[in-house]
Parts: sequence; C-alpha cells; structure tokens
Amino acid sequence: MRFIFKTDYAQDLRLAKHGGHVFWYGLLMVLLLAAPWWASDYVMSQLHFICIYSIVGFGLMMLTGFTGQVSLGHAAFLAVGAYTEALMLAVGVPFVVSISCAALFAGALGVIVGLPALRLKGIYLAIATLAFNVIVEEIIARWHSLTKGSEGMSVRPIEILGYKLDSDTPFYYLCLLLTVLCCLACINVLRSPTGRAFVAIRDSEISASCMGVNLAKYKTMSFAFSAALTGIGGALYAHKIAFISPEQFMVFQSIDLITIVILGGVGFLHGAVLGSAFIIVLPQLISIAKGWLPEGLAPTGLQAVVFGLVLILFIIFEPLGLYGRWLKIRTYFELFPFYRRGMFRRQKSYMKSERLR
Amino acid sequence: MVDLLQLLVAGVSLGCVYALVALGFVLIYKATETVNFAQGDLMMLGAFFALTAASPVMLNLPYWAAILFAIVCMAAIGMLTERVVLRPVLGQPAFTVVMITIGVGFVLRGVVTMVPGWGTDTHQIPTPFANDVWPIGGVVLPVQQLMVIGLTVALCVLLYLFFRFAKLGVAMQATSQNQLAAFYMGIPVRRVNMMIWGISAAVAAFAGLLLAPVTFVHSNMGYIGLKAFPAAVVGGFGSVPGAIVGGLIIGVVEALAGYYLPEGFKDVAAYVVVLVVLLVWPSGIFGETAKKKV
Repeated sequence: MRFIFKTDYAQDLRLAKHGGHVFWYGLLMVLLLAAPWWASDYVMSQLHFICIYSIVGFGLMMLTGFTGQVSLGHAAFLAVGAYTEALMLAVGVPFVVSISCAALFAGALGVIVGLPALRLKGIYLAIATLAFNVIVEEIIARWHSLTKGSEGMSVRPIEILGYKLDSDTPFYYLCLLLTVLCCLACINVLRSPTGRAFVAIRDSEISASCMGVNLAKYKTMSFAFSAALTGIGGALYAHKIAFISPEQFMVFQSIDLITIVILGGVGFLHGAVLGSAFIIVLPQLISIAKGWLPEGLAPTGLQAVVFGLVLILFIIFEPLGLYGRWLKIRTYFELFPFYRRGMFRRQKSYMKSERLR
Repeated sequence: MVDLLQLLVAGVSLGCVYALVALGFVLIYKATETVNFAQGDLMMLGAFFALTAASPVMLNLPYWAAILFAIVCMAAIGMLTERVVLRPVLGQPAFTVVMITIGVGFVLRGVVTMVPGWGTDTHQIPTPFANDVWPIGGVVLPVQQLMVIGLTVALCVLLYLFFRFAKLGVAMQATSQNQLAAFYMGIPVRRVNMMIWGISAAVAAFAGLLLAPVTFVHSNMGYIGLKAFPAAVVGGFGSVPGAIVGGLIIGVVEALAGYYLPEGFKDVAAYVVVLVVLLVWPSGIFGETAKKKV
C-alpha cells in the first residue's frame, strides 16, 4: 500500500502522482516510441488502429463516461471528421489546417446535436442520436457532387512542410502524438471546473443544477468536445483506411464505438485505450478460433456471436470493464490478505426508476 | 387519388409491422423500463422458425400451424432471454441494460447465420395468399397487404382482451404500473416480467411472419427494428395504443415519402419524423407529461 505524503501544493497539481506513475507510463511511452523497431508491419498497423480508436474512445468516454449522456450516433462525427479531412486535402489545404477543421466541424455539429439533447434523457437521447447518425449517413451517400456518394472517395497522403507521410512509421508517430495530446487534454479538462461540472451532471442533474452548474452550457460543451475528438479520430481514420465510403459510418460503427467504452470501463480514461485495444485484437482471435469450429456450422456469424457474448458477459460479470478488472487485481495485491470481494460492488442495487411518476 | 389510396394501404400494412415491433418494445418498456434493442432480431428469429416449420424440405406444416410453432418457440426464447441475461442486471442503469440487449441482438443475428439451412441466404415462406389482388373500383389492393392489416387488428383485439380480462393480463398491468404495490398484492413480479418478455417475443415473431412476404426472410431483416423505435417514440414510449398509432404514422409517412419525394427520403423519413417529434413534443402523442420528482 502506497501512502502519498503531500508536502507541497505543486505536488497536488502534478500529473504523475508518484514514482510508480513516472516509471510505468515512462516505460509504456518508451515501448510505444520504439515500436517501429520491435513490431512487425502487421502489429504496427494494429497499433495505428488502436491509437485512432483510443482518440475516439476518449471522446465518447468524456460524453458517456463522465457526463452521462448516451450517444448512439458517434459514427456520424467520425464521418464528418473523415470527409472534412479528405475533401480539404483534395483541394490542397495543409494537413495541420485540415485536421483542425475536421475537429472544428465535428465539434460544431456536436453543438447542434447537443442542443436538442438538453431536453432529452437516457433512451430518448440514444434514439435521437441514432436518428441523427442515419440521417448524416444518408446525406453523405446522396450528396454525390461533394462526397461521390456510395462510390466512396480516396484520401490523399498527409504532407507536412513538404515532407510526405506516406509510409507507416511517420504516420504511426503522428497518431501516437495526437493520442497523447488528446489524452492530456482530457485529463486536464477533467481536473478543471468544467470536468468537475461534467461529473456532477453525470451523478445527478438535479443536484448539479442546484449547485449552480449551468446544465445547458456544460452538456453542449461536453457534446462539442466529444465530437471534436471524434472528428480528429475520423481524420486519422480516413488516412489509415485511405478510402472512405458511407457504409463505414453506419449505426453499427456507433455501436462498436460505444462498445469500446463499455468494455474498457465506463468512467476511466484508461478504459478507452484498453477497450479499443480489445476491440482491435478480438477479430484476430476470432479468425484464429474459426478453425476450431465443428463441421457444418458456417463460420460467418461467429464474429457477431462472440462480440455479443463478450458484451453480455462483461456487463453481467464485470460492469466496470477491463480497467475495473485491473483495479481489482491491483487492490488485491496492495492489500494482500485483506481484499474483500464486495469492495467494488455497486452501492445502489435497487431499481432506479426513470419513469416520470 | 387512386395512387394515394393504394399508397395509404401499402403504408398502413407496413406500418402494422412497425406497430407490432413497437408494441413489443412498449410492453417490455412498460413492465421493466428496459428498452429492448434486440426486438428486431427476435422478429427475425421468429420468421426463421416459421420458415423451418412451413418449408416443404423441413417440417412442412400448414401455414397456420407454422405461425403457432413460431409463436410458441419465440415465447420460450423470450422468457429464456429474460431469465438468463436480463435478470442478473436488474437494477443497473438503463443504458447498461440497453447495451446488453444490443449484445443479445448480435448473438441472435450471428447464430442465425451459423445454423445450417438458415445461413445468410434469402428465403421465402410459402403463404396461402401469395400474389392475389382485389380490384375494388379502380384500386388494385394486394391481398397480402390486406391480410397484414387484418391479422394485426386481430392480434391487437386479442391482446386487448387479454390485458383487460385475463387474470394474468391484469397482473401484468398492475406490475407495469407499480412493481412494489403489485408485489405486495401477491403478484409474482419476476415471473410476470418473464412472461411479458415471452409475450413480447411472440408478438415479434408474429410481426416477422407478416413481414416475411414483403422483405423475405434473411438474417438482416431485424434492422427494421431500428425503424420501430421512431414508431414507439412518436406514439409516446410506454403507451400501447401509442405504439400502434406511431407505427401506422411512420408506415404511411414512409410510403408517401417514397412516392412523392426524391429518392433517399424514404429511408430517412422515419428518422426525420422522430427528430422533429423529439424536438417539438418529446413525450409523443400518448405519452405522459409529468415532471420528475427529486
């Protein structure tokens, strides 16, 4: 068990709270920076995806995990980011400007979605965002002159100051840099008054507004921030895939994105990274497992079955997700013989009615 | 004018299917405050059961027996789902439960594509009233669509009688109004909830049967469940007549949008309607407008 003895206000403001943080996160950074030397091309490609989905995961985690607003429409923001990036690069806008515009446009759209969200709660919000996603997808598919519709459009490689990023390694460093920046942005927002307001809204809207939190302002802000991060993720996604079409941004993509948050652990930034790593690795494991299926069963649906089962089992047995599992293991060793099974159990287990009566 | 009438009939008959799927949502939502995203997939599974029963190479039952077979199987599966998957997460936040039903939907869809004989192909259920039309005046009405409307009305009457007069139906109404009070009155709330899932899945199977001649039977037909959400919201989530009215509205709007508006509007019409309704009138047509107490 580690006790942190605080002697200084500066100590409280530091991001790394103790030597362990410095050591482990430093080691992780070194490993990731050295990835082009130790990882094969295949692993590198997976690392790209993990970085991209982590950024999107941070965005969704800020909204769902910390502000408590459900969105089944994040694929729409992903699409806006991806298409903004592709279109701006096509007319020769520099990368730094285009990715900022991707974030800005997605964020602006987030404000538009956030405004009706002020009146909607829970499941109504989920349905509204779902409807929004379908509409955006349809607009992209039909706006042929701009997006080339369902034929899809190819994305030009990134060019920064005359240097072309068309190989894997520079693109990897770009993804990693943006992931770290987005993560730091999230951490810093969360420890600012804005982040505290988000968490207050998640825990109880009524008490938050009684404490002087402006619900409209902070909910919209949360939507915008989340959408902007997703837009950045979308821009990188466009580059990674190099060819985007409306089918990549359907409602099912949104469900995948929310699954990242649930599997990783709702309410932990670590969860976004763990969840996206899990989502990326799972299909590989499934394709290995396909060889073991008995004869006569078609393997086409295996992915959906495993995906669904993982989701169900996680929610029933590990509601805190992968990061929650890690917290439990760590606490077990920290407290060694004194760990109790009920330590992480949810306090309220009665039915919390959302019914208006 | 003739066009309009034909469109209306087509819209109403499609709306009936939406209404039945939405009815499934609403029954479960009223009783357990769970929104079941797997409703469309339950419908798909029901259609596949009916296919197995009716197709000449498998069980080769007559159409009416196939309906019964599908309904009984789906009722069992609905109850099983509630018992195995939903009951352990009772009392968790609403969205957690929604995610678990999404998981159930994935599993059902995957399993269907893996079963030999079902797979990813498109199938057709032989119906006794395949392609007949009734010419009335200048209007040509497909018997198919009229049958869908007729069977939906019959099912609604049946459900109404059940909830109004049967002991179990009244117990279900009591449970959905106030679980605690129902429990004090000696109603086995958990078992009633399980049966509601059974009824809801059976209604879904019926919807799947009605939809089968229109879209054929394939593993992705459950996506129509996503259009039943707008139906349920328009009618006011949690209101049984609302679900039916909402379904009809969405069906008719879709049929009209497909005819009078440019291509592409048909697919999003339902979602545009639901966004407008949510913005202007979030409680829907038959919804309750009460303030939440602290």
